[in-house]
Amino acid sequence: MSGPTLLQVSRVTKVFDVSPPWSARVLARQPRLLLHAVDDVSFAIRRGETLGLVGESGCGKSTVARLIVGLYRLSSGTITYDGLDVGALAKGRGPRSLRRKLQMIFQDPYASLNPRWRVADIVAEPIRAQRLLRGNRSIRARVDALLTQVGLAAADGQKYPHQFSGGQRQRISIARALASEPEFLVCDEPTSALDVSVQAQVLNLMRDLQRQLGLTYLFISHNLAVVHHVADRVGVMYLGRIVELAGKATLFTRPRHPYTRMLLDAIPDLAMTGKSRVPVAGEVPNPLSPPSGCTFHPRCPYANDRCRTEVPALKRAPGDEGAADDIVACHAVEESRLDVTPRVVRMAEET
Amino acid sequence: MTDVRPAHPNALPARGARGPSGGLRPAHPNPLPARGEREPSVGETGHGRPLLDVRHLRIEFPTRRGVLTAVDDVTFAIAPGEVLGVVGESGAGKSLTGAAIIGLLEPPGHIAGGEILLDGARIDHLPHDEMRRVRGRRIGAIFQDPLASLDPLYSIGSQLIETIRTHLPMSEAAARTRAVELLQEVGIPAAARRIDHYPHQFSGGMRQRVVIALALAANPRLIIADEPTTALDVSIQAQIITLLRRLCREYGTAVMLITHDMGVIAETADRVAVMYAGRIVEIGPVADVIRAPKHPYTIGLMGSIPSVTADRERLVQIEGSMPRLTAIPSGCPFHPRCNRVFDRCLHERPELFDARTSRAACWLHAGES
Repeated sequence: MSGPTLLQVSRVTKVFDVSPPWSARVLARQPRLLLHAVDDVSFAIRRGETLGLVGESGCGKSTVARLIVGLYRLSSGTITYDGLDVGALAKGRGPRSLRRKLQMIFQDPYASLNPRWRVADIVAEPIRAQRLLRGNRSIRARVDALLTQVGLAAADGQKYPHQFSGGQRQRISIARALASEPEFLVCDEPTSALDVSVQAQVLNLMRDLQRQLGLTYLFISHNLAVVHHVADRVGVMYLGRIVELAGKATLFTRPRHPYTRMLLDAIPDLAMTGKSRVPVAGEVPNPLSPPSGCTFHPRCPYANDRCRTEVPALKRAPGDEGAADDIVACHAVEESRLDVTPRVVRMAEET
Repeated sequence: MTDVRPAHPNALPARGARGPSGGLRPAHPNPLPARGEREPSVGETGHGRPLLDVRHLRIEFPTRRGVLTAVDDVTFAIAPGEVLGVVGESGAGKSLTGAAIIGLLEPPGHIAGGEILLDGARIDHLPHDEMRRVRGRRIGAIFQDPLASLDPLYSIGSQLIETIRTHLPMSEAAARTRAVELLQEVGIPAAARRIDHYPHQFSGGMRQRVVIALALAANPRLIIADEPTTALDVSIQAQIITLLRRLCREYGTAVMLITHDMGVIAETADRVAVMYAGRIVEIGPVADVIRAPKHPYTIGLMGSIPSVTADRERLVQIEGSMPRLTAIPSGCPFHPRCNRVFDRCLHERPELFDARTSRAACWLHAGES
């Protein structure tokens, strides 16, 4: 299903300067504050596959999405798409064809569509901006075809966004993203604002489109069940770093990183297996002052002195006969201190 | 929202309000029960009489273009100590039902029919003042956004103390001790120090714990929890659900848990009511509704939820979307989207029929009752 590497993210870091104003720094001697939203992240996406990226709020997953489509500038590292440098896009350079090939679908279908434009104009904008077609008639025909493709009627093009429900708006966003005939779609929580029955419609649509058009997806979500449904491989992020990256089957049946296990354990149990859930104590620490060493160590039941001082690298787990790109950043896994029995994590009991 | 946010300087003082059973009249001569003297607990009342009894509730919004019926003929009961989950998609009327019970419907919305009974006494038409005493004291509330439920200008301690003293006759010092106990109870570390902190100094999960402490402050018999975990991350959500379940078991508090998340219901509720277009379409024990849903809407809903345990090529898709209030279809409101629709569904509205262990509002199950 998946071919050669299409997108390569190498050692990417994004630092936001959230310092107090200059006057406060000088007069009140407040220090500079730097937020490492994304810290040394590397991964590759192969043509035709879906890479899921999960994590809790503030873990940097949306920043990764915005870096890839060039909405933010990289602080360091490189992102290449089909051998071309994406980082140049954010600086206003880079080949126009690249912009065409990378498109993004945003989370909030209420905020991402211009309320004063008709839907047909919204969908036609990328076509006009990229000068893909000339003549209003051919653009119109293309817009009608796009709207039909995402399950709307061609006549819907004359309406305004407020006349549509959340699910229909997300279909409009998808039609707009498809307008420039992209190869790669970055989907940042595309269904989290939708009800579950509507979410099912949108997820099914995205899967159909992937089949028909051979699209490659980076699918970002906090919902593990949704990621399980759409992704081929899954990366788990925590405080700006990828802590585990593995094929879907491996990640969901034999999770290695204690944080991945914790996330999986925290999913409400719809199957009602009677499993008594032991929630994890603690919360995500302040990203402005992340813990030393492995950033998960204050919440990790397996943490030792090495975890508190040394940042673990992403590596293949010992004795792992799985695919070569199943990697995890954990000292306990590396030292085989962790029981690898699937899905039996018991962590510090609440209260 | 007013009563879980009681830090207003003009919060209602605790006048002698309520006798131990159903005494909701304002001029009741009985003094308030002393602290710790809780109303009869689950064991004493048994499950004979429901704690909350909602009958044929109807909520309407008069608009310029006519009257919109947002909740239509909703009937359910909650036994003492029971957790009833109310699930449905946006616009199904679940939050409005909760708001009606605590008397916080936003005008012009109003109760246009039916009745709401708490411990056998009607609470749906109480005057404003009396309802304020029921709220907080007998019914607690937890809302989705903990930051909106807390007053940013007062420390959480003063909000807790005020809530406690509004409803229970206690000295400032005793109320403070009780507030610290409550904070410990909901799992806030270093409660004695944290009590003087302000809402912005807490994280989202900790704030929701504070809101739960506020809801529990006067030992209410019933808590209305409207999407209590929706704003929280999945690991924090797990902590809050566990906490809510533990406290309800210990205190014998009944909970009406309103959420769109079937997973949360599955883990927490004893029974579940599924709402669609302002009506309950299915109600029954949670395991039965989840494992063997009876109503075609519930069946579709369960199939559309992605799962981490099952590999499915496609999710079950219910075509279309929930009707707008201005255009609720005749007969069964689900019929335009239903894949098992037949003639009768178009014209006659189904009531809740017995379908094995649960009840479903679907003509397919009409023969079984």
